[in-house]
Amino acid sequence: MKDNFRRFFKGGLGQLTIPIIAILFLVGFNLVRDPSFFSIEITQNNNGNMVLAGNLISIINGASELAVLAMGMTLVTAACGGQDISVGAAAAIAGSAFVKILKVSPNITGVTVAAAFLFACVVAMIFGAFNGTLVSVFKIQPMIATLILYTCGRSIAYWINGGATPTVSSPIITAIGGFIPGIPVPTPVLIVITVAIIFVLVFHFTSLELFTQSVGINGSAARLNGINSTFIKLLSFIILGLCVAVAGTIGVSRLGLINHETLLLDIEMDAILAVAIGGNNLGGGKFKISGSIIGAYVIQMLTITLYAMKVPSTDVKAYKAIVIILLVVIGSPVIKSKFQKTVSRVKSNKQRVSMKGAE
Amino acid sequence: MQEVELLQMRHINKVFPGVKALSDVDFTLRKGEIHALMGENGAGKSTLIKILTGVYGMDGGEITVEGMNVSIHSPQDAQNKGISTVYQEITLCPNLTVAENMFIGRGEGALVFHRDNENRANEILKKLGIPARASQQLGSCSLAVQQMVAIARAVDMECKVLILDEPTSSLDDKEVNMLFDLMRDLKKQGVGIIFVTHFLEQVYEVCDRITVLRNGELVGEYLTEELPQVELVAKMIGKELDELSNLGETEEKKVENKEIFYEAESLSSNEAMPFDFCIHKGEVNGFTGLLGSGRSESVRAIFGADKVNGGNVKIKGEDVKITKPIDAMKHGIGYLAEDRKRDGIIAELSVRENIILALQVMKGFFKPISRSEAEAFADEYIKVLNIKTASRETPVGSLSGGNQQKVILARWLLTHPDYLILDEPTRGIDVGTKLEIQKLVLKLAEDGVSVTFISSEVEEMLRTCSRLIVMRDRHIVGELTGSDLNQAQVMKTIAGGEAVNEG
Repeated sequence: MKDNFRRFFKGGLGQLTIPIIAILFLVGFNLVRDPSFFSIEITQNNNGNMVLAGNLISIINGASELAVLAMGMTLVTAACGGQDISVGAAAAIAGSAFVKILKVSPNITGVTVAAAFLFACVVAMIFGAFNGTLVSVFKIQPMIATLILYTCGRSIAYWINGGATPTVSSPIITAIGGFIPGIPVPTPVLIVITVAIIFVLVFHFTSLELFTQSVGINGSAARLNGINSTFIKLLSFIILGLCVAVAGTIGVSRLGLINHETLLLDIEMDAILAVAIGGNNLGGGKFKISGSIIGAYVIQMLTITLYAMKVPSTDVKAYKAIVIILLVVIGSPVIKSKFQKTVSRVKSNKQRVSMKGAE
Repeated sequence: MQEVELLQMRHINKVFPGVKALSDVDFTLRKGEIHALMGENGAGKSTLIKILTGVYGMDGGEITVEGMNVSIHSPQDAQNKGISTVYQEITLCPNLTVAENMFIGRGEGALVFHRDNENRANEILKKLGIPARASQQLGSCSLAVQQMVAIARAVDMECKVLILDEPTSSLDDKEVNMLFDLMRDLKKQGVGIIFVTHFLEQVYEVCDRITVLRNGELVGEYLTEELPQVELVAKMIGKELDELSNLGETEEKKVENKEIFYEAESLSSNEAMPFDFCIHKGEVNGFTGLLGSGRSESVRAIFGADKVNGGNVKIKGEDVKITKPIDAMKHGIGYLAEDRKRDGIIAELSVRENIILALQVMKGFFKPISRSEAEAFADEYIKVLNIKTASRETPVGSLSGGNQQKVILARWLLTHPDYLILDEPTRGIDVGTKLEIQKLVLKLAEDGVSVTFISSEVEEMLRTCSRLIVMRDRHIVGELTGSDLNQAQVMKTIAGGEAVNEG
């Protein structure tokens, strides 16, 4: 276990350096600006539960859908060397499917919610498989292939519920989107943790990681070693489909309604950005899911910080862009290699000095 | 002969994480000489070249060109200082014309005057005796001519130092001679040429001097006529050559009437014409023929690497269907591909991950090899095959070519195959590793593994194989065994003499 821990930092920090620095920078910035930014309190919410509240909680809570999508996006990126830009639209479809089942069932119980979620999963996986087939079998570039669903996805979501934006009200849905009575941590956060654990378990009990990286780095060699790269690529899209279903369900449950036009709007770009900030190569190959998760929180923290600074919501995107340019430039290979050179120079200077000292 | 020193590299040092790539290496190139840079893979040749061309910075030492101290920051910078490189892989654009390739990216204003460029290109081509027209598409020229165009481009950029990095590895004999004529021409014009190659005979044909590196250190600089070939090899691998000759005299290789392991009848793929083939248990056979004769395509069909179209295949007498690599692997067949970079290594993954890959695929998606098991496998094969790597976690792409090849060998050995197909396992690999691989092949055969061995060097195949299948124009034209296994007979069969034992 200790070994595992060490390995995580030894091998991983290289890639995780930028996202961790970004988080630390944002934390430091807020500490200087206004230490009360970090205050966490326990308050009573509308339903009479004692729950945690504060900026930090809303950051971690608000980034949930993004974090889940970023995990799936990492896998697609690694295997296919491209991104799925339809996740927002697909999440609207999954959310609509979820609501559809709840609407047709006479009363909302735990079983119907579970059934609705499963239905959403199946629907999202089918659309994932559609994207995946275009990419893996027909060898269409991921961005072009998923442009189709990106364009028509929200229309499909509209049809599912006949153009209405139906609301669902049930304590179960409120619990999924908010708090489970007795637990002060927002449920979406718990869902993210669960999804992350599932990923860890899948990587541990299957060869998904090795095969995905092999396909992404050198497809030809992977094929000659007997790996079915078509299947691996398809699988990555199907897994992303599951993530989409989870994100869609969280999104719907938060509001208690499905709005096919606005549910998780523009989240695909943030998900891709989270993957990039996490230090993953958008051209495919080696990847780290943990990087993408941190990337998602960086994005959310940035947004909340800007809101806390009373930046008008119309301007937030522009300010976000500035910080993201900085992050991406700092993470670029050019700056990285310059930095590494400086570090090694400092190291060798130190060695020289200590050697002189020894003499 | 003029003895003007053109380029001097003094006390060059270069450290990579965990490895000292060059320590205190000197190199001198004189005006109008062809200077061979020799050494095993990992000896530091490429590193030295890359420092000279500005790809890497150096950690210590100095470079002077014509007596002037210079520091080289980038390949562009090197070019401006008169140092040009022609790499093994053609780095020109095949879809442009010869003239465009010669003048592209040379930045003489925004306007390009095609007519002027073509006239100038034709002049240069004529002067250097290169059989190409300026208006011709580069892709329509033979590889040798493409290489020569690359050289012409370098020469026209007023280069003083021309570096040729393995320029002959994909050329046939005639083309090599054309290239050598060009090199001798340039030499007369006072250009200093650094020639990097694995072919010893070629060194003796054109080079004036030889500098030998080993393990990142300078072994010495010699005049070619004063260094016999055997001594050169000894200096490169750093040991006496008894072993080399020993291997040549292994006891009479006999084809015993052992059971047939693999048998194919009119097997064909998208790339390979129908052919018959069989191999016995514990036999080493080889496919030989010129480049493009279909030898690689045939073995790829056996492994299912290309789409298989037809034919009957039997393994141990039972009918089987092999249409894709995983089928072949499940029947105990391993295949080391010809192009190591494209079809072999997963460059960014570690040595460990590369070694376990094939075994993992065979075990299946849901049965991952545990970390500790994988580490044990990797350590074992790093030791057995003497793979030189900083650690088992080093990305395989940062290893030298020979060691990358060993990693892929380890990958297949780990699957404990019954039948191993090795397509050019020794290409671009130093003498020492070549020898190790040949020994390994013989040892595998002793242990009952069937091996198909392909090599461009006939001598190497004669040393290891007990049966040679000769191909020409995508057909098997002969099968040589016993006393027919000699260079003359192989050449005769390849060239189209009487076919022995029509396949």
